[in-house]
Amino acid sequence: MSEFIKTFTREVPDWKPRVKPVSLDEATEAQLDALKITPSNTKVSDYVLTLAHDVESLKVRSPLFNAIMYDKGGLKRSERELGAIAASLLNSCIYCNAVHMSRHAQLEKDTSVTDSILADGENAKLPDRDAAIFQFSLKLSSCPPDVSNEDLIDLEEAGLKQDEVLDLVLSTALFGWANRLMHILGDPVKPKNDNN
Amino acid sequence: MDIVDTTTLKAAGIDDYLSVNSFLQKRENIFDLTQKAQEAVLCPKDYGAYNHELRHAIAARICLLNDDQITADHYSFNAGTYRALIDPGNTGHDFDLGHVLNFIDKVATRPRDVTKEDIKTLQKAGVKDPDIVRLAELNSFMAYQIRLIAGLRLLKGFES
Repeated sequence: MSEFIKTFTREVPDWKPRVKPVSLDEATEAQLDALKITPSNTKVSDYVLTLAHDVESLKVRSPLFNAIMYDKGGLKRSERELGAIAASLLNSCIYCNAVHMSRHAQLEKDTSVTDSILADGENAKLPDRDAAIFQFSLKLSSCPPDVSNEDLIDLEEAGLKQDEVLDLVLSTALFGWANRLMHILGDPVKPKNDNN
Repeated sequence: MDIVDTTTLKAAGIDDYLSVNSFLQKRENIFDLTQKAQEAVLCPKDYGAYNHELRHAIAARICLLNDDQITADHYSFNAGTYRALIDPGNTGHDFDLGHVLNFIDKVATRPRDVTKEDIKTLQKAGVKDPDIVRLAELNSFMAYQIRLIAGLRLLKGFES
């Protein structure tokens, strides 16, 4: 019996699908082909096997995800992660939030920003530049998106250049997408190898 | 395709990126991939239970739920016989799609409130698991594109 995780955490959970994933034994040629281009070739996760039901989307989504989060130049990696964290917080996607809080802490070699977000959520008190990024991403993630020229000015005053704002928009928007897969199609569960 | 011809930049009102928006050039590959993702969710070869016209109607409906009439207009043109469903006030019952539109609207506007019961409701209504994933992918892509467009309009100094 899986133990569902119901609160935000920096410890990355497992993910249990709410629909039946594609079985590799029964996968079509197109599905097998698409599964090859996912970041992990050694073991295909239940998440990727679930998305393999829509193979045309899966095939293009992985390179797009990697380009937005990892391509060189522009906004630094940890600040793209902060956009992902804000979106996942607003959309209540515990799994995505944990993955990207964990990456933020690794990249920054510091947990103070994510500690603050874990403690106070949307009201977290962050350093000026992080605060501008976090607040902008929360507002862009809402439905309808709630960003204005004043928000853009706040980002510029916090020191973000035009190309960095574009990267922030991209990473935040991308998690409007990822959250609506992860949080909708499955549940975060306690990792199987976690004895604590 | 030139990236100024992509739905995303057209809907954002950016038609002269080379001279005015040089910051977009560095991310040209992303706009190209975004258009490919759009084609994958709006016009897939394997469309399951939801044909291209219905997908365009749903896409336009999600735009309207996000107060984005301009992007909705890009999709509504191809909604064909499902055009009535673009209106978020239409419950879809006339098309026997009430359960589908309930799910679409909730995922688009209140994703945090979606639970496994919402998935069970679709399954009990006879929606197959691959089609649930297809609906989630369409909804997810639209969430991404609408927010990307909103951000681009800001960067362009777009006044709506």
